[in-house]
Amino acid sequence: MNSPVLRVDDLHVWFDLPHGQELHAVQGVSLELAAGERFGLVGESGCGKTTTILALMGLLPSSASVSGAVELDGYDLLADGEESMRPHRWKDIAMVFQGAMNALNPVQTVGAQVVEPMAFHGIADGDEAKVRAGELLEMVGIGADRADRYPHEFSGGMRQRAAIAMALACEPKVLLADEPTTALDVMVQAQILELLTGLSEDLGLTLVFVTHDIPVIAELCDRAAVMYAGEIVEEGPVDALYHEPLHPYTRLLFGAIPDPLGEKDVISIPGAPPRLDREIVGCPFNPRCDVAFERCVDQRPKLLQLGDRRRAACHRNDPASEAAS
Amino acid sequence: MTDTVLQVEDLVVRYPVQRGIVATLRRQRKQQVHAVEGVSFSLERGQMLALVGESGCGKTTTAQAILRLIDADHGAIRLEGRDISAVPHSELRPLRRRVQIIYQDPYESLDPRFRVRDAVEEPLKIHKIGDSSQARRSLVTGALERVGLTPPDLFLDRYPHELSGGQRQRVAIAAALVLEPELLVADEPVSMLDVSVRAGVLSLLDQLRREGLTILMITHDLSTAAHFADRIAVMYLGRVVEEGPAKDVVRNPQHPYTKALMSVVPRPDPRERKRREILKGETPNPIEVPSGCRFHPRCPVAQDVCATDDPELRAAKAAATPEHRSACLFT
Repeated sequence: MNSPVLRVDDLHVWFDLPHGQELHAVQGVSLELAAGERFGLVGESGCGKTTTILALMGLLPSSASVSGAVELDGYDLLADGEESMRPHRWKDIAMVFQGAMNALNPVQTVGAQVVEPMAFHGIADGDEAKVRAGELLEMVGIGADRADRYPHEFSGGMRQRAAIAMALACEPKVLLADEPTTALDVMVQAQILELLTGLSEDLGLTLVFVTHDIPVIAELCDRAAVMYAGEIVEEGPVDALYHEPLHPYTRLLFGAIPDPLGEKDVISIPGAPPRLDREIVGCPFNPRCDVAFERCVDQRPKLLQLGDRRRAACHRNDPASEAAS
Repeated sequence: MTDTVLQVEDLVVRYPVQRGIVATLRRQRKQQVHAVEGVSFSLERGQMLALVGESGCGKTTTAQAILRLIDADHGAIRLEGRDISAVPHSELRPLRRRVQIIYQDPYESLDPRFRVRDAVEEPLKIHKIGDSSQARRSLVTGALERVGLTPPDLFLDRYPHELSGGQRQRVAIAAALVLEPELLVADEPVSMLDVSVRAGVLSLLDQLRREGLTILMITHDLSTAAHFADRIAVMYLGRVVEEGPAKDVVRNPQHPYTKALMSVVPRPDPRERKRREILKGETPNPIEVPSGCRFHPRCPVAQDVCATDDPELRAAKAAATPEHRSACLFT
């Protein structure tokens, strides 16, 4: 891989709970993303995928504490907390949220909201910024003449487009998208996915797409990581994740998803993910796993590099333990 | 002789649009939302029909009219042969027992202060079924067993917050089943659930259908419909535009709208990425429905005639079976 644009190293996030307890939401996530790559982050609700990307933007609430490194072109965004994050947020790393209805300010015109990050980072202001906002809106498929409209005058799909225009205002290198199409109809979703694919190809944008909807990742991304209980359990090219999964959770997760033209029965995964407010002993997936063995009960598997572009955290991939089972 | 449980014929539901004072004074025309415009379908005993479509297509309004939660403006809704569309509200209760609904969000649809036993027993009390609390208790236990919450004793005294999403939806299904309805309407039954447990709830509905329950599923998800329904009806802007056996509709779609939808449904296998036929724009406003075929402004194969002629739902020429119908002038 070329030198990565974004490198996440051993990221941990804890949330303070009442009575002095802590919830360990992200448990040592490491990632490397190349320029122009489209990367998916998938998993069930509560697996830590949204918390991970909020940490990359420094947008976690004050009840959260973070450790680890997030390097953007070699510069550690987490080094000095808000001080090191602020110059880069929206400028070099930007985000599109799930509910575009709630992400836009209802009492400000859409154009003004696209102008705001440019003005904040001193990229453009006044008429120049307005012209640029118009261009950005055109780029995402909204007529520049609609810049003076308010969010409520837009449909859900158009609001999500406007939110994308806003995120792209400062020409970021990395765009984080948190379930950006989940609330949208399938045809509008297809329009947004096409837009994001085009943008990543034309602008060389690195895209991190967070969703529970695996087929969307299969459609959009080159590579993906599957998260479970706050950690990455498998990572690799999406084709390999589907056809040769190296972690039982990946296999079972794909098996739980209906394919409209498929014949295979879909089977749900029994049980529920573990609670993250207590320490996890052994493999976090062990209680739900269909191929668990003794070692999974008390040893937590490490995320091992397997071959060129793949990583998985399962004792089954460790030759030594395979013999033991 | 087929055993038709539900027959909907030419159902029309319109909502008035509130006019402002200025519009009223200017005597502007009263506007209406044409939510459902002439929908017909029937459902045999033990079948599952999926009403599929994007937001605003009228699928939920259709379900609400069948449940008599809203009144139809026109058309017939026959439950086992009897038109229920005009039954007065005072006589609705026995009807309600026979048609039950489960909603999208089991976090909202269960009362957080009701234990599982109370939530499932409540409908029995309302409909005065079961002479003693013991008789009701055994009906409740039976319903919990049917939905896979076994052993029931483990669940009877739990509160909703002590259950997972999938278990909550099962409780909601048990509360519907305890009345032994003829028809179960399932409105997006799994969209709020985690991907890992959706299949379990859908398999449960499938199993209940095998046991003879008739199910009308409302969903926006063609993949789910293709897997679990016997038949699919695709709705667009208040109309059924295509209807037929589920496998035929998804494998051999006839209507240009269904074709486009199928081309954009993401598939889990990355090797199945294909050319997507992305329709421009969004579904038009149901206040001003386009003339002729309502899909013509977005249709990739529309001809001049489509702007004037409103196509009927009829057997499609290229379909494998005459039951597979499409509302397009060219199919």
